[in-house]
Amino acid sequence: MTETLITWAIAYAQFALAVAACLATVRALRGPRAQDRVLGLDTLYVTAMLLFVVTGIRVGTPFFFEAAMVIGVMGFVATVALAKFLIRGEVIE
Amino acid sequence: MKHLADLPLWIGVPVALLLVIGATLTLLGTLGLVRLRSFYDRLHAPTLGTSWGAAATLLASMILFSWTEVRAAVHELVLGVLVMVTTPVTLMLLGRAALHRDRAEGHKDVPPAVARERETSGTDGRAGQGASPRPALQPDSPGIFMDR
Repeated sequence: MTETLITWAIAYAQFALAVAACLATVRALRGPRAQDRVLGLDTLYVTAMLLFVVTGIRVGTPFFFEAAMVIGVMGFVATVALAKFLIRGEVIE
Repeated sequence: MKHLADLPLWIGVPVALLLVIGATLTLLGTLGLVRLRSFYDRLHAPTLGTSWGAAATLLASMILFSWTEVRAAVHELVLGVLVMVTTPVTLMLLGRAALHRDRAEGHKDVPPAVARERETSGTDGRAGQGASPRPALQPDSPGIFMDR
């Protein structure tokens, strides 16, 4: 009973996060200007991170959590670097 | 999924509820990212996923793994704090970049930059009176949107 409930909740969460990643990709590909693409990429990072956490809950191992942490840090660095590039025209001054 | 086999109901119901809430909030945020009109509107939409979307998912993971493991699993807090600290920083930088680009291209619907008060003009009566050190805004300009 409880296992069925959690299994369905995990399946729904994975499906919804996958759709969310697709929508973020749509904005990153279609976005009319460069900042829209950067925002879509940042959202894609966060969504992929949450998808890894949910997959880790499903499988039951802590390894997915570490991958999610790497994705989170990489997303932060990538978005900051791209925003700096949009302001200055160069990343390292 | 052997680790979910004998889970009590009072663990399973909050975990399932938090998972559904977190995933739904993230989906709504990306839906707003696609649907909203201007970039400054779209900048706010994904924060739905980074605030309670991430928090609910990580809370579900914490509750579940604290039950299945023998000890309390709180290492998700690191990821939660990371997301909550870095998201405002990145989105502020991105908003500033977009404002800078819009101003550089001469868009009419973004507020112009406020001129700073001259450093040499206000030296006589400033010290010791408790006057605000921030530059005075123009009377007809909304001050909160300004890029100082």
